[in-house]
Amino acid sequence: MEESIHTLQEYMFHTESITYILIIGALLGITFFWLFLSQRDDDEE
Amino acid sequence: MSDEAATTGKPLLTPFNVIAGIIVVLGLIVTVLRFTVGLDAVTNLSDYNPWGIWIGFDLLVGVALAAGGYVTSAAVYLFGMKKYHSAVRPAILTGFLGYTLVVIALHYDVGRPWRLPYPFIMQRGTTSLLFEVAACVALYLTVLFIEFSPAAMEWLGLKRARKLVVRLTILLTIFGVVLSTLHQSSLGALFLIAPAKLHPLWYSPYLPVYFFVSSIIAGLSMVIFESTLSHRYFADKMDAAHLKEKDTVALGFGKAASLVLAGYFIIKVIGVSEGNNWHLLSTNYGLWFLVELLGFVALPCFLYAVGVRDKNIKLIKWTAAWTVLGLVVNRLNISLVAFNWHLPASERYFPHWMEIVITVFLVTLGVLAFRFIVTRMPILYSHPDYEDH
Repeated sequence: MEESIHTLQEYMFHTESITYILIIGALLGITFFWLFLSQRDDDEE
Repeated sequence: MSDEAATTGKPLLTPFNVIAGIIVVLGLIVTVLRFTVGLDAVTNLSDYNPWGIWIGFDLLVGVALAAGGYVTSAAVYLFGMKKYHSAVRPAILTGFLGYTLVVIALHYDVGRPWRLPYPFIMQRGTTSLLFEVAACVALYLTVLFIEFSPAAMEWLGLKRARKLVVRLTILLTIFGVVLSTLHQSSLGALFLIAPAKLHPLWYSPYLPVYFFVSSIIAGLSMVIFESTLSHRYFADKMDAAHLKEKDTVALGFGKAASLVLAGYFIIKVIGVSEGNNWHLLSTNYGLWFLVELLGFVALPCFLYAVGVRDKNIKLIKWTAAWTVLGLVVNRLNISLVAFNWHLPASERYFPHWMEIVITVFLVTLGVLAFRFIVTRMPILYSHPDYEDH
């Protein structure tokens, strides 16, 4: 469906909504990435 | 060089020396042309494209790849990671030579070398980004020279002067980090003035942040890359500590680079989202942007992580070289490929062969200076008469 954006309010709502979801995903993602990166350090200790 | 040949017994006419000699002669000829006949004789620069590869490569890439100096000295002296101490002097030397060549390259672009101090005395625009870059690069080059000087002083036997400079280590490191943070980001901020000229996928209000974060990645990767080359060509100059620590440095810096690359990937994606530029990803420029983002950011991030987990030093070293190439691609994309993207092909910039000669000439000068210094001064080994600092 074609998104219709006519006002700055709609534009901000649209872009910020996607960005906030991405940031939550990124925070979770980087946590798991850190575990992946340092998992074997912990095993050695 | 004759000293070197005499002391090492190696022939002077090696393939490397011959090729370097030809490049230096060609570079000197083009240098004379540039400063006697002018920019038009040796470049394809125009009013549309006033910045070519001397800025895009020699300056933007040069400054970013020289970031290993502040990254390594901050890790060792500010964060107390003494296990990476053997990497400090080679990183400082690389940074010092990198910034020296950046300033020399700037002369080719700007001309009139005697006007170098003008930013400090002939203008009042302290809010100018170019002024900030000029001030920071001048100050940081001085800081790098002082940070590098203990090695030269040990070589020359200047014990008292060396003792005095070593006392300043922490202060110089703090200066280095502050100045680098300022000008690495300001180089990105220079492009904020041209939102209509830079393709929307590369343009972002976060450009200063991108430049700063990617400089950390470049610095970490360059230390690994430079260490790899040093171990290949100057292993006989290294002491036991340097040989022992080489894998520690690769693993530690590889891990840091992987994590920073992950963060960089995230902020780049957020930049696309904030600009609502998703629809541009399916264009030709979008595909090239994805090559940069996935091929030179996400891929090395993953490869570094695998290399660190498996303690695969070879993979980490290849990934470092790939990441350095990625930084080059990023800076050239911003300054050349995605810049003036809307112009017809006939108006687009492609470097003149003499511009490329000067760039290769400057890189060759850097390599020759690096070789001259590491074969004489205690860069890859600790001088027996002095304690580490």
